[in-house]
Amino acid sequence: MKNFEYFDPTSVGEAVALLRQHAGSAKVLAGGTDLFLRMHRRALLPDVVVDLKRIAEFANLSYSAQDGLRIGATVTHGEVVDHTAVQQHYGALATAANWVGSLQTRHRGTVVGNLCNASPAADTAPALLAYGAIVTIAGPDGQREVPLEAFFQGPGRTALGPAEIVTALRLPPPSGQRGWGYARRTRTVIDIALVSSCVVVQANDGVCGEVRISLGAVGPIPLRATRAEAVLQGQRPSVTLLAEASRVAAEESRPISDVRCSAEYRKDMVEVLTKRCAESALSMLQML
Amino acid sequence: MKRLITLTVNGTPYEVAVEPRQSLLQMLREELHLTGTKEGCSEGECGACTVLLDGITADSCLIFALEAQGREVVTIEGLAQGDQLHPVQKAFAEYGAVQCGFCTPGMILAAKALLESNPHPTEAEIRQGISGNLCRCTGYVKIVEAIQAAARG
Repeated sequence: MKNFEYFDPTSVGEAVALLRQHAGSAKVLAGGTDLFLRMHRRALLPDVVVDLKRIAEFANLSYSAQDGLRIGATVTHGEVVDHTAVQQHYGALATAANWVGSLQTRHRGTVVGNLCNASPAADTAPALLAYGAIVTIAGPDGQREVPLEAFFQGPGRTALGPAEIVTALRLPPPSGQRGWGYARRTRTVIDIALVSSCVVVQANDGVCGEVRISLGAVGPIPLRATRAEAVLQGQRPSVTLLAEASRVAAEESRPISDVRCSAEYRKDMVEVLTKRCAESALSMLQML
Repeated sequence: MKRLITLTVNGTPYEVAVEPRQSLLQMLREELHLTGTKEGCSEGECGACTVLLDGITADSCLIFALEAQGREVVTIEGLAQGDQLHPVQKAFAEYGAVQCGFCTPGMILAAKALLESNPHPTEAEIRQGISGNLCRCTGYVKIVEAIQAAARG
């Protein structure tokens, strides 16, 4: 590995100033499970590494009924998995986060850091999209917020500008009872997802209220299957309707064939997994 | 340029000069000569480099030594009390859970951490708890049996 200068600032302002000062040759470090590897393989050769882990507010993982869930930039996947409010109100996220790497990985790797790598197969992305996550960003021009859908811009690319860092993820509070399902296909526990699906349904008097269907590893970015959502939204659920929604979700997916599996397999699995996730979500709400 | 870090390893305070690019694994093995922690894949996929960092398991091959500043590290060397093996170590020896032994330090630390957070795990929970530690020799059967025995006490 190439040697570098290491900084561990204790405030957001300090971190942003460092990134501005070393524009183009600085990388941000959170859990390190990806950055270390890329530096070790010399895919990245930063002159400067800015460790975010001594910025106290970034470690914050909290929930309130008014403000929803806040996941700070250095919160690990393990912490999200174990958090009772996440398990209770954002169950698909707890399940999704538990799929990331191994236990050891989850003890270090951060949810925010993982999203900033912007892999189309990121495990938590479908769940975060389904829960309407918003990304809060700090930079030289101040703070801004971007919905997660707009944050991903392509494989490995995000909406972050120079010297900007993600400070937290914000998930709105649930406005009623929600059922969910999350499923992914993978070779072994520790491998990257071949295809994943997440369904979150809000109940509304025997009828589907808000429906969110999100897919991973089947497009250049994690996708929301909005046409599939429209099939279920406002409708009384039935086996036929679920089958239709799943079929449409598969149509909306844009997978490629790669070293892990074929596009055809991915498309087929979108239909299978989405159906299972929708069934899970509706069973939870006792609507199926 | 090297930086001085202070940390505790197996209860002992250390002051070590490290380069920024050095991993915690390298520092433990090469500076502190604690060679019980192994380098398997250097990718965070095999768990042979597992240590306890502030009480939780982590792959030391993916952690910069600088990140351990002020932290508490426990390696396999920190488990036995003098001559007295830790119950998990004893169980591994008694149940034949060690063949070549390369995965063993990491596996034992993972098992120790598992039993501390879940003292009576099911077999599925044991397998899940050690799923970050690969063994090429045993097929995991004896490892699971050893952990079950250690859980029984």
